[in-house]
Amino acid sequence: MSEVTAPTGPAVAPLPASPTFLEEVMAATPGHCRLNTCIQCGSCGGSCPAGPEMDHTPRQLFAMIRAGMVDEVLRSNTSWFCISCYFCTVRCPQQIHITDVMYTLKSMAIARGLYREHTPSHFSLTFVDYVEQYGRSFELGLATRFNLRHYPLSLPSLAPMGLGMLKRGRLEFTPRRIESMEQLSRILERAKALEASA
Amino acid sequence: MSTRLLFYPGCSLQRNARSYLDSVMAVRGLLGLELDEVEDWNCCGATEYVSVHRTAAHALVARNLALASLQAAGADTLTAPCAACYLNLAKTDQQMRDDPRLAATVNEALAAGGLSYQPGSLKVRHLLDVVCHDVGYEAVQAKVVRPLYGLKVAPYYGCQVVRPDPDGRWDDPEHPTALDRLLRALGAEVVDYPLKTACCGGHMTVIGPEVAYGLIRRLVQGATSAGAHVITALCPMCQLNLDAYQLEMNRHFRADYQVPVLYFTQLMGLAFGIAPAALGIGKEFVDAAPALAHIRDEAPEGAKQRRARRHRAEDGLPMPRMHAVEP
Repeated sequence: MSEVTAPTGPAVAPLPASPTFLEEVMAATPGHCRLNTCIQCGSCGGSCPAGPEMDHTPRQLFAMIRAGMVDEVLRSNTSWFCISCYFCTVRCPQQIHITDVMYTLKSMAIARGLYREHTPSHFSLTFVDYVEQYGRSFELGLATRFNLRHYPLSLPSLAPMGLGMLKRGRLEFTPRRIESMEQLSRILERAKALEASA
Repeated sequence: MSTRLLFYPGCSLQRNARSYLDSVMAVRGLLGLELDEVEDWNCCGATEYVSVHRTAAHALVARNLALASLQAAGADTLTAPCAACYLNLAKTDQQMRDDPRLAATVNEALAAGGLSYQPGSLKVRHLLDVVCHDVGYEAVQAKVVRPLYGLKVAPYYGCQVVRPDPDGRWDDPEHPTALDRLLRALGAEVVDYPLKTACCGGHMTVIGPEVAYGLIRRLVQGATSAGAHVITALCPMCQLNLDAYQLEMNRHFRADYQVPVLYFTQLMGLAFGIAPAALGIGKEFVDAAPALAHIRDEAPEGAKQRRARRHRAEDGLPMPRMHAVEP
């Protein structure tokens, strides 16, 4: 009777665990964002001027990040309703860089195509388009392109404001392009390539 | 003697907030400030670029920092009058300081355009910070020839100048007092305005107007009930939302608020005796003329008494007091 022996072979190093979603979000946020220290106190949601409109309060969203609910988190409107007022950031007892985490989530959602067709992300993308074309933002173009697509019916009601802006010399018809647009484009392209390869 | 500062005006001041730029330029000499505009600056990206591309957003901002440091020639302060521009410039500098990996990546991107930036080599500061803390209240007061006596002002700071305050420039992120002190130095009466750092709605006026109208109403209503004749702003976005969208908000809620919104530099200019037109006054949607008609030649007595009454007990923290009810 042959002895049963344990299979032997070269020692295998344990596979490096793929980073959790929490680690991924933290790594993508500049500096040490401390998201892993969230104690679920809810100060963030209670401080948020747009909280009532959010699918999930920031507190809930952070629990979902920890639970690895990638799709639900990146499809949530929460980060898009963040207005960057930084109330949560200065009130967080754990000093989590909450607003910066929201920026990370927005860019992740766009990169993975999970939120592209929604209104706020389209506003951001339209803004980015103008900056990448001219180096400056262009209010009239941004407002008309965005509203034509998302609120065409509201255009007549917005017309008085547009005319008011024109009358007061607060609007211009053509965008201004910076002189070294080519230099700026090279810088932005390199930055995007570096981020993609990181 | 004047102090030379590097100056980043930002996109809004080119057109929509032209009156902010005009008033900054009108008062700069009297404040002893020489503003050297960063040549060929680009957009700071507002809150939008970073929502799409993280690293490129920092590179976008860092190009401005790099251009400013090329132009520095001894000046080490870069000032911006717009809250969003100031914060983007300050945050990229701070995050490059705190995160060497990010700094290396951003500098590698800048190198594609033949530029580089040494984090921390510039001090990025909002214009209000420079006026209050460098120029100083006394120096401002010394230039006042037409005090704003009788004008009741709601001091509105908004969000991004005082929060997150990456370089610790302010006394409090929610209840700052610098603008209050500056306005008093101009002779104005500053009303109690607990909403002074509440959010104006930012880009929500465009992407989710109902949310924004609620926030705008709260701010305008708060100023009205505090008796303010005018709200003073230090950010083009806040001014646009509270001024131009005040009309939309009124329509939305069937309300009829009429509170004009002027930049702090416009009020400074008025107190310095500069003609309203030279300060861009008249370009606001809610006409400021009726509010400015409250300005008197003499300091109102009532205002002095009201301020004098507000003293605190010396022997401890302010506590609620129970008063015995007389029979």
